Amino acid sequence: MTDLSGDEPIIELSGVNKWYGAFHVLRDVSLTVAKGERIVVCGPSGSGKSTLIRCINRLEEHQAGTIRVHGIPLDQDVRHIEAIRRDVGMVFQSFNLFPHLTVLENLTLAPVWVKKTPKAEAERLARQYLERVRIPEQADKYPGQLSGGQQQRVAIARALCMNPSIMLFDEPTSALDPEMVKEVLDVMVDLAQGGMTMLCVTHEMGFARRVADRMVFMDKGEIVEVAPPAELFANPKSERTRAFLGQVLGH
Amino acid sequence: MSDGAFGLSPGEPPATRPPPAIAAPGVVGWLRANLFRTWYDTLLTLAVLYVLWLVVPDVVRWALGDAVWSGEAAACRAAGGACWAFVAEKWRFILFGTFPADQHWRPTLAMLLTMGVLLASADRRFWGPRLLVLWAVGLGAAWLLMAGGLFGLSPVPTELWGGLPLTLGLSVVGLAVAFPLGVLLALGRTSALPVLRVLSTAYIELIRGVPLVSVLFMASVMIPLFLPTGVSIDKLLRAQIGLILFAAAYLAEVVRGGLQAIPKGQVEAASALGLGYWQRQRLIILPQALSLVIPPLVNTFIGFFKDTSLVIIIGLLDLLSTAKAALTDPAWRGFYKEAYLFVGVIYFLFCYALSRYSRYLETSLSKGRRR
Repeated sequence: MTDLSGDEPIIELSGVNKWYGAFHVLRDVSLTVAKGERIVVCGPSGSGKSTLIRCINRLEEHQAGTIRVHGIPLDQDVRHIEAIRRDVGMVFQSFNLFPHLTVLENLTLAPVWVKKTPKAEAERLARQYLERVRIPEQADKYPGQLSGGQQQRVAIARALCMNPSIMLFDEPTSALDPEMVKEVLDVMVDLAQGGMTMLCVTHEMGFARRVADRMVFMDKGEIVEVAPPAELFANPKSERTRAFLGQVLGH
Repeated sequence: MSDGAFGLSPGEPPATRPPPAIAAPGVVGWLRANLFRTWYDTLLTLAVLYVLWLVVPDVVRWALGDAVWSGEAAACRAAGGACWAFVAEKWRFILFGTFPADQHWRPTLAMLLTMGVLLASADRRFWGPRLLVLWAVGLGAAWLLMAGGLFGLSPVPTELWGGLPLTLGLSVVGLAVAFPLGVLLALGRTSALPVLRVLSTAYIELIRGVPLVSVLFMASVMIPLFLPTGVSIDKLLRAQIGLILFAAAYLAEVVRGGLQAIPKGQVEAASALGLGYWQRQRLIILPQALSLVIPPLVNTFIGFFKDTSLVIIIGLLDLLSTAKAALTDPAWRGFYKEAYLFVGVIYFLFCYALSRYSRYLETSLSKGRRR
């Protein structure tokens, strides 16, 4: 594969397989992500890219192969799962904010209940992250009162409040109106430049080109090609990659 | 919509129009708008007025004009109107059953305590762990007042309890225990663990498949059979257990409806943040699910409150039974209408209060939370 520039691996997948009934969604997926690396996962719909990143924090269970995060194996041990989830933030396509809680409560919930952070400290942290995603003034509103772009930025801040060392993004801009995509991408670029380890499933090729260290192209449950974006865009090795990029970029 | 939003040319500001003026204001305007707007509205209005004209004067004459407010049954029979003298004579028996008459302050105080606890629980500002303490203390004190045997209160066996305190006690304690049980059953039925799911489903379907009367009979007859000889459970407690088992199954299904309405993404987001199963349920899923099902939940509560009147079949004297019992007094035989109206009004007041409260809760919980 490509060089890991000598950094320690933070996520290691090897020989991961998963089936939905008879449907083989992940086929022998192996991938190593170094600390601080930004990975963009792309591929046609149904290629298993969302399933792949959802396996990393056990929202989906893989059936064969091993996944290690920070060296901790993801297995049936609940303590392992909890330890990994505490350290892996996730942002969803449909935001999944808690509608019955204010923005501030959305942000402080996990630090207070999972990390036992004192409430005042959690609120200070929450306001700091709202500042970082550029919506400090929305703290006391309910999610339903915000625009899609604002909601997604709150969701990013909510994940950051747990101070994770890895962030997973599952098509974070796919549910947004076009004029709101940029405000979310800006926050993500900002995050990437801050050195966060990121795995993004996205179709935003401009974003990929700008921040990704490596791009992973998936099709039919397999990793077809892994390469830095410049290389992948300029010189795709596989015919499937070429066809997909042609569809995404070719207009 | 000739000048509406569809046909706007660039540069032309959208035309704003004032809302259409309301027709003639005042009483006449209201009458015209609501009762006589079209010819069939008018026809319906006139028909309803005619029916009211036929019925209302007779009812008023019976309930007020020809009514007898005090005195003996003979006076009532002579007058032909409502015999409120019957209620005046029997209200204490109907309200308190066979509880010793000189001790009626005790059930009165017990009911006031219970209602105080309910009122405090109704206020969202008091929601929290302290409320559990209040319930334990309040209902414990109410129980002590009823049962006696401590602090110089003469002991009153539960066989003598009856009337409104019994109805209220069975309902409040019943729902207070059945509700958490129902939530657990609903969580069990939606659980990922097959054993829990099968057991919860089996329980719910079994209980829902039989009438309350038979559950009460079972509780009354079967529970003693399972106990070792010499040990016996109070009849009232057996009825209470039967009612709880029954209500829990129904509440579980209502709660399950709410649980299933919560998008899967909520659980996923909570899981991804590291919240454990119980934290997810308590902080994320249940608050949303329960506020969604307030109307059917209150519906079940109200139904349960009235269903407690079925305990009469195992010989307990609830509010409805004491009214029936009052009618067996040879001197006052036959005043069914008055007895049932009196009891009906009491039932109605409680149910209506509950229904109003649910409306308040629904609006106050949905404030600012629309998706």
